[in-house]
Amino acid sequence: MQLALVVGNVVAPVKDANLDGHKLLMLQPIAPDRTAVGRTVVALDAVGAGVGEHVFFVRGREATFPFLPGEPPADACVVGIVDHWDLE
Amino acid sequence: MILAKVVGTVVATRKDERLVASKLLVARPLDPSGVPDGNYLVAVDTVDAGVGETVLIVSGSSARMAQGFKDAPIDAAIIGIIDHVDVEKVQK
Repeated sequence: MQLALVVGNVVAPVKDANLDGHKLLMLQPIAPDRTAVGRTVVALDAVGAGVGEHVFFVRGREATFPFLPGEPPADACVVGIVDHWDLE
Repeated sequence: MILAKVVGTVVATRKDERLVASKLLVARPLDPSGVPDGNYLVAVDTVDAGVGETVLIVSGSSARMAQGFKDAPIDAAIIGIIDHVDVEKVQK
C-alpha cells in the first residue's frame, strides 16, 4: 500500500457496467513528509474518502477485493483513511 | 487507473483469437490538468471511445475484468469516458 492525498473527483458518465455506483478519486501519492512522489492515479473508493484527506491505497488485482464478490475493473483502490502517521 | 487522451487507432489483422473484433486505441496518459505525461500505450476499448476523448484506463491483470475480456491477453483496457475532473490543488 502507499500513502496518498486525495486531490480530486473523477466523473465518468460512460463506464464499465461493473463500475456503476463506484466513486472515482484522483490520488497524488506522497512521501511521509507529505511531498508528492510520482504520477497521479485514479482509484476506486472503498472507505468513503474525500478530497483533502490522506489515505492509503492498494494497487493491482487486489484493488478489486474490497468489492467481492463483485469484480469491478480496477487497479487501484483506497482502502484506508489515515488519521496520522509517526516516523522514528 | 489513469486518465488518458485517445490519440489514434490500431489496426491488426493477425492477432490473438481472443482479441478478434475488439477495438484497439492508442492513448497518451494525462496529468490531472490535462497535460500529456508519459509514454503512449495501446488499450482495448470497451466503452466505444473515440479519438480526442479523455478516458479512464485500467492496467495490469485487472484489465481482464473489463466486460467481455475475462481471459484475453491484455494489460490495458479503456473502461470509462471522462466527463470532467475536479482537482483542488496538486502539489508537485
